[in-house]
Amino acid sequence: MSLKGYKEIPDAGLILNAPTSIQNKTGSWRSMKPIFHEENCINCLFCWWYCPDSAIIIEDGKMKGINYDYCKGCGICVHECPGKKGNKALELVPEKE
Amino acid sequence: MRVAITGNDAAALAMKQINPDVVAAYPITPQTQIVQTFSQYVHNGEVDTVFVTVESEHSAMSAVVGAAASGARTMTATSANGLALMWEILYIAASLRLPIVMTVVNRALSAPINIHCDHSDSMGARDSGWIQIYSESAQETYDNLIQAVRIAEEARFPVMVCQDGFITSHSVEVLDVLEDKEVREFIGEYKPAYSILDVDNPITVGPLDLFDYYFEHKAQQIVDMPKAKDVVLKIGEEFGKKFGRKYGLFEAYMTDDAEVVVVVMNSAAGTTKAVIDELRSKGEKVGLLKPRLFRPFPAAEIAEILKGKKVAVLDRAMSFGAQAGPLSIEIQSALYLAGATASDTPVSSFIYGLGGRDITTDNIKHAIDVAKEGRHGHFEMLNVRE
Ligand code: SF4
Ligand code: SF4
Repeated sequence: MSLKGYKEIPDAGLILNAPTSIQNKTGSWRSMKPIFHEENCINCLFCWWYCPDSAIIIEDGKMKGINYDYCKGCGICVHECPGKKGNKALELVPEKE
Repeated sequence: MRVAITGNDAAALAMKQINPDVVAAYPITPQTQIVQTFSQYVHNGEVDTVFVTVESEHSAMSAVVGAAASGARTMTATSANGLALMWEILYIAASLRLPIVMTVVNRALSAPINIHCDHSDSMGARDSGWIQIYSESAQETYDNLIQAVRIAEEARFPVMVCQDGFITSHSVEVLDVLEDKEVREFIGEYKPAYSILDVDNPITVGPLDLFDYYFEHKAQQIVDMPKAKDVVLKIGEEFGKKFGRKYGLFEAYMTDDAEVVVVVMNSAAGTTKAVIDELRSKGEKVGLLKPRLFRPFPAAEIAEILKGKKVAVLDRAMSFGAQAGPLSIEIQSALYLAGATASDTPVSSFIYGLGGRDITTDNIKHAIDVAKEGRHGHFEMLNVRE
């Protein structure tokens, strides 16, 4: 991304074309990766509430997986996931490549 | 219409006629009367303003920042330690380019605690990015506040309008006031460039800005601030055409043929005019230059008036450890940039009136006598005991 000069940017540090966070793919930060085990999911959506990057994919009110473009691997969803009968539906594993 | 009111009530009346959307303020001597009188206008339904009572000046400035970012016309008032408590948010208000108008009643900063006039409060805030306008009288405070609304909105910087604590804030003066309708028409309707409440056009205000863009945003302030001079001039001119009282960047009083010029701001300029009238009647060529706009500083314009004359600068604040008070340093820098020298334009610097100490006509005559001797670099405190 080339940097702009002061004549080319909105003043006061305003961001007028929100939401620019979509341009910033925080998935590249990941060193740990959450894996979804659908069989243990009770669809409580705790993971969706807690995820700081809105990286939990929900369809028809059901947890469907993780958007790895933005998931930065913080592990909060894994920590919060109650799962089924003591088996979590989210597991944190080391990022491979 | 003519009314006899104090400088504080003149400021409150201007606020009433401006009828801002939001005022957030906290009382502090000698400004208290302004927000007290204004809150009565709010209580009586004479204004449409939402008045936010806050727990400190830090919160007052924070609340008007939020309101201004929402597109509201906002005002506040403070003095001395209250202004100091706003410090952090003063910079934020200016850096976000929010057109907040604040009436400042100049008072000494503690310690020791003192409630009387000097300019150490607003002079300390001179680098914060606010436009600063100084007022000699209640009339000027009133006129400047009304103009400040337009200046802030057109220049897109916050404006503080200063007057002297107690000396003008608590003295009754006969004022020419405008009709509500005239003020309303003069300031017009505020059309903000953006609002954080506009959900159809979402924006982000105040994001993190590190070594990649912070400097560029500061560069915008550095480049844009001097342009506010033209806005101040244009609006001062328009005010004069409409209401008969024209305002510029400064007032030059009998400077044309003057051999010695006194530079002084706010109420002491009135005392200085009396001295000048007296000395002129005895044939002495003396004049006064009273800066009205201190930020942005009209350096070239002031140097043009002063170059070739003997100058006495009277400061009601000290920048401790500096060569002189802040006004004198500014004047000397302006003169040097304009090519003036110690021999053609000697500058003597004086500190007066700290903590409300009187400045007498004899003190001013003494400063003129020193300047007349061409004592460049002379520094002296007036009316202080050794
Ligand atoms: S927190 Fe766990 S159980 Fe709840 S919806 Fe998310 S993955 Fe499923
Ligand atoms: S690991 Fe963190 S960022 Fe990734 S989905 Fe879970 S909560 Fe969101």
